Amino acid sequence: MSTDQNLQNLQGNRACALAAIHAGCRLFAGYPITPSSEIAESMSAELPKVGGVFVQMEDEIASMGAVIGASAGGVKAMTATSGPGFSLKQEALGYAALTEIPSVIINVMRGGPSTGMPTRPAQGDIMQARWGTHGDHPTVVLVPWSVEEVFAETIRAFNLAELLRTPVIILFDEVIGHLVETVDLARFQNPQITDRKWADGKIEGFKPYRDPGDGVPMMARPGDGRRVHTTGLSHGESGFPTQNAGEVEKFMSRLLGKIAKHRDEVERIDARCCDDADVVVVAYGITARAAHRAVSMLRDQGIKAGLFRPITLWPFPESAFKAVAEHARLVLVPEMNAGQLILEVERLVSDKTTVAGLNLFYGEPITPQQIVEKAEALLSQ
Amino acid sequence: MSDVAQSEFNIRKYIREDLFPHFMCPGCGHGIALRALLNAVHNLGIDKNRLAIVSGIGCSGRVGAYIDANTFHTTHGRPLAFATGLKLARPDLEVIVITGDGDCLAIGGNHLIHACRRNLNITCLMLNNEVYGMTGGQVSPTTSTDRFTTTTQSGNYEPVFDACKLAEGAGAAFVGREMTLQTPALRDLIMEAIAHEGFSFVEVLSDCTEVFGRKNDMGDSMEMVLAQKSGFRSNSYGTAVDEPFKPRGMKTGVLHRSERLEYAAAYQQHHAEKSST
Ligand SMILES: Cc1ncc(C[n+]2csc(CCOP(=O)(O)OP(=O)(O)O)c2C)c(N)n1
Ligand code: SF4
Ligand SMILES: [Mg+2]
Repeated sequence: MSTDQNLQNLQGNRACALAAIHAGCRLFAGYPITPSSEIAESMSAELPKVGGVFVQMEDEIASMGAVIGASAGGVKAMTATSGPGFSLKQEALGYAALTEIPSVIINVMRGGPSTGMPTRPAQGDIMQARWGTHGDHPTVVLVPWSVEEVFAETIRAFNLAELLRTPVIILFDEVIGHLVETVDLARFQNPQITDRKWADGKIEGFKPYRDPGDGVPMMARPGDGRRVHTTGLSHGESGFPTQNAGEVEKFMSRLLGKIAKHRDEVERIDARCCDDADVVVVAYGITARAAHRAVSMLRDQGIKAGLFRPITLWPFPESAFKAVAEHARLVLVPEMNAGQLILEVERLVSDKTTVAGLNLFYGEPITPQQIVEKAEALLSQ
Repeated sequence: MSDVAQSEFNIRKYIREDLFPHFMCPGCGHGIALRALLNAVHNLGIDKNRLAIVSGIGCSGRVGAYIDANTFHTTHGRPLAFATGLKLARPDLEVIVITGDGDCLAIGGNHLIHACRRNLNITCLMLNNEVYGMTGGQVSPTTSTDRFTTTTQSGNYEPVFDACKLAEGAGAAFVGREMTLQTPALRDLIMEAIAHEGFSFVEVLSDCTEVFGRKNDMGDSMEMVLAQKSGFRSNSYGTAVDEPFKPRGMKTGVLHRSERLEYAAAYQQHHAEKSST
């Protein structure tokens, strides 16, 4: 039931911290960086109240390491950062992906590259979130568009991390991180929580990386008597390093395939006015808020426009997108970058329809008017 | 400590024999360090189910896999960061880090400083062979002056890092150094380090026979180990020590001990006080 008490004005970053604790996060390790610092600040105040640990590490690499270490020990853990710090975390992210240790990483995107524009929004890390660490690896990336969705997706990130035994990244942009909106906390009173699938049963002969069928092995809890080995070297079912082609092939196929086996739980989209849409605008994060407005402005002018918003950005919700985009005359992809998600959009539908981008990367959010004008110009060509 | 009555140490109870033969070159000092560590674990009566070994990348880092415990082979230079999260999450585990001179002092130097400063109850063994063994013998922060490595082909001209001084300066509760030549002393030092509350740093003077000793005409592994006491690393450290059987240039044994409040205890105490006021 919604009461006034449940309605709270929350900043995106703070909502993320509260949601993480709600989801069971009990360790936060981070290093200050604008525009993400409020997450660490909130965690430092809130975690001790629930018996959790906040630790400000010496850098982002250490933060990511501490998060993985804590999670390996069985405690849900998170870190938060922005551009330069996200770059530093990449090696450890790959380690978490390969060793299949759950973790949640928040990247509040700011202008880049390098130090860029620390206080300005951007969406320049779309491809880094997908491919930032070296080698083929599974990736789950979520991208909320409101403070309430920050709350929901943070909880979901922890659940997916446990379900899939993989790092889950949430991308905000500076605007989402600093936006203050009313959140109805009643919605989150009894959230569905996914906990670790700990190994049980026989200890003898336990194989820490054996596929139980859904692609996600059971994890041994340190201290449970299984005494397993965890390594960032390629390993087989036993967890010990191997360079045997067959073993590595089998391992990698499972690792890369496990997300697809849980596609229904992983993929989440928001499609609005897409059924009859001639123009489909694909947008995410704060840009999707502008796109949503642009769609109704275009509709007011008699142009059948729709919004396709991936809430799960990676893996990109391919079939849901194809279903709405293939019949459109135009697919427009506004992004606060030089054109990143558009590459995926083109890959999927450029043989069926016209795909165009609206790319602004000077640290200002894209406005509804800019999207409307771009759509009109393209339609009149 | 070693004369405390206890069951006989049988290394087979603590290693993963099915992984043998191991990867180490004949005469590698890291194996001696491994044995000393396991002997210390045995003497202290540590349950291997509660033992967590966290190692970095290098020959030193590969040693951990042979221990029949909860073993984590992490990324280059970062085992202390992983161990920090693990120990904070699971204070019930005995967390021991195995790292190398490159792993700990070069790429991981910052983590060492802050692990010492925080003073979490972790024991860190740095296996110092004064070279990057795993990558084929490049210069490391502890390579002695004039030594030949693949990246100092006319001899090393960079100054040497005294890790124990750093550890003490940064606040480690316990700091010690021992040679692999003195295995009982090494075992006892490791026992003291593990038993000490707070962050314990132990520098083990190890030998890389293969990609360091050979390049520097240091003889076979026996000669290398024996050379530890005659001070072949005399260039490495400033202070002279007169006692016999100690390398000329460096002090061994317990170098520093303090009863500084351990990190997890300090965290608990602080937040208990804050919430009661
Ligand atoms: C980020 C990164 N950089 C470089 C390497 C390559 N590398 C592997 S081990 C090593 C040096 C190890 O030297 P040390 O820590 O002294 O261990 P040792 O092999 O001598 O025991 C290096 C540079 C790596 N694995 N990861
Ligand atoms: S290369 Fe050196 S450090 Fe590595 S195993 Fe061989 S002797 Fe030991
Ligand atoms: Mg070395």
